[in-house]
Amino acid sequence: MTNMFEAADSVSPISGPPRALEYANDRIFRGIAWTSAFLVIALTGFILWEVGRQAAPAIQAYGLGFITGTEWNVNQGEFGVLPEIWGTLYSSLLALALGGLFGIAIAIFLTQDFIHHRLAMIFRTVIEMLAAIPSVVFGLWGIYILIPLLKPGAEWLHDQLGWFPLFSTDLAGPGMAPAALVLAIMILPTVAAITVDAFHRIPYKIKEAAYGMGTTRWEAILKVMVPTASSGILAALVLGFGRALGETMALAMLIGNANQISLSLFSPANTLASLLASTFPEAGHLEVQALMYAALVLLAITFLVNVMGQMVQQYTIRKFEGKR
Amino acid sequence: MNAAAETMFVAAPYQAAGKVVIECNVAKIFYGDFLAVRDSQVPIEKRKITGFIGPSGCGKSTVLRSLNRMNDLISIFRFEGNVMYHGQDVYAKKVDPVLVRRYIGMVFQQPNPFSMSVYDNVAFGLRLNRYKGDMDERVEKALKRAALWKEVKDKLKNSGLSLSGGQQQRLCIARAIATEPDVLLMDEPCSALDPIATRQVEELMLELKERYTLALVTHNMQQATRVADTTAFFSVDISKGGRTGYLVEMGPTEQIFQNPRETLTKEYISGEFS
Repeated sequence: MTNMFEAADSVSPISGPPRALEYANDRIFRGIAWTSAFLVIALTGFILWEVGRQAAPAIQAYGLGFITGTEWNVNQGEFGVLPEIWGTLYSSLLALALGGLFGIAIAIFLTQDFIHHRLAMIFRTVIEMLAAIPSVVFGLWGIYILIPLLKPGAEWLHDQLGWFPLFSTDLAGPGMAPAALVLAIMILPTVAAITVDAFHRIPYKIKEAAYGMGTTRWEAILKVMVPTASSGILAALVLGFGRALGETMALAMLIGNANQISLSLFSPANTLASLLASTFPEAGHLEVQALMYAALVLLAITFLVNVMGQMVQQYTIRKFEGKR
Repeated sequence: MNAAAETMFVAAPYQAAGKVVIECNVAKIFYGDFLAVRDSQVPIEKRKITGFIGPSGCGKSTVLRSLNRMNDLISIFRFEGNVMYHGQDVYAKKVDPVLVRRYIGMVFQQPNPFSMSVYDNVAFGLRLNRYKGDMDERVEKALKRAALWKEVKDKLKNSGLSLSGGQQQRLCIARAIATEPDVLLMDEPCSALDPIATRQVEELMLELKERYTLALVTHNMQQATRVADTTAFFSVDISKGGRTGYLVEMGPTEQIFQNPRETLTKEYISGEFS
């Protein structure tokens, strides 16, 4: 790089052009950044391509019938993942409802002056530690502690309110309820941590404005703080939902791997991720192709959820924050 | 009062001519161990504008915010003394600060509209008070009085944050006056505004005092002379290592600016600082 301003003769020697090395560093750093970004895109493309390529025979053979089919029978060459799609969405939505509600409640508790901020930090660390627990541990905990705990309650609900679709079967062991509960606990730290950040980002002057209008604490939180943080809260929910959709190990251990569509919270079910994890080890050539197709379906679902989440988030940002 | 305190300067109390709405008697205001303001008596007169002036750190904003207990948001804040509002100390134990703030509204230094539509911003206080009448009419009236209606009447559904800084501040004023509070506190409301918006807000203040009682903190002495009926001058005592603010002099604005009794006041308004 040449210095075009040699003519500026009254400049002190302190101000001068950057050295050649500094220009080189700049270029190297930019190169690394570009390469990293490109590699991420290339890797995603490669995964999609590979899964798609291996799924191609199954896609040709079963077409859309794969998505609407309800049987998974290797011997008869029948493959359908509707029960798994249902199980994936049902368990994730239940987990999102529970984990989302508690996650947001915890975030409000930690950020809106209910407790001293040092205590809040300790709480937050503990909650984030939940995210560090391996999912197989959650699965074991579910099997040995949660299911026995749920059983009496589930039995009572089924006996008393068996006519109600949610309680229409008995909890024999693994099933939707323990799976969704564990899933809720697993997404709770994600939702809580991101929501806490969203609340922290609200400027102090907004809080002042709310209290200055004469709001009670609840009015300030519900009518001002939550709407102001809404785009961040939505991001937290989308991330939590995405995590629930893809969660594998704990679900494979807890959901019962049963190919059926049922509204009942106590009946066993299956999810796409759990189907993949439990079927792959012993799958034959044909079944692997079908599983690859199922993996593509799961990818498509998570992709759609993320895109829709983004759209809702953009909408709230436009609506509440007036940015275009 | 102990012996040390007696040697400290205490301003002569200002005898208000008209009816006093808020009788503010600060003995001491602390933030933690830090003594921020001491010994200041500031009566706020009905349907007049009381200006608070003084150098940075003199505690004028702190005193203003004590009037509607805004400082309660700061956990280490401690108030000694009393603020008599219609004969009731707002710092009495049984008084709910929420109620105080509904009667004594506030406009802040930085425009702070809520991230919701222009309409919802103005309607916020009305909804909070469960107003049953014609909401649209009230919102329009408040926006008109805040000199903002013409600019926003076609974008009431847009976010309040999409407005310019000056418009946002007038939106906050509209929000504060929509519920027609008894007293309006303004903490340097024009410091983020350009001269044109400042003039509009000043004209608005003069209009508002026909119906409301106003208290205004300002850094701008011309602003005080333009709008304030009475002026309270605060200063800060740094001689003893602390930074404690106190009232130096209070009186009719004309007297304060043309014929100040205290040397400190004279030095400050003429721009001679020690």
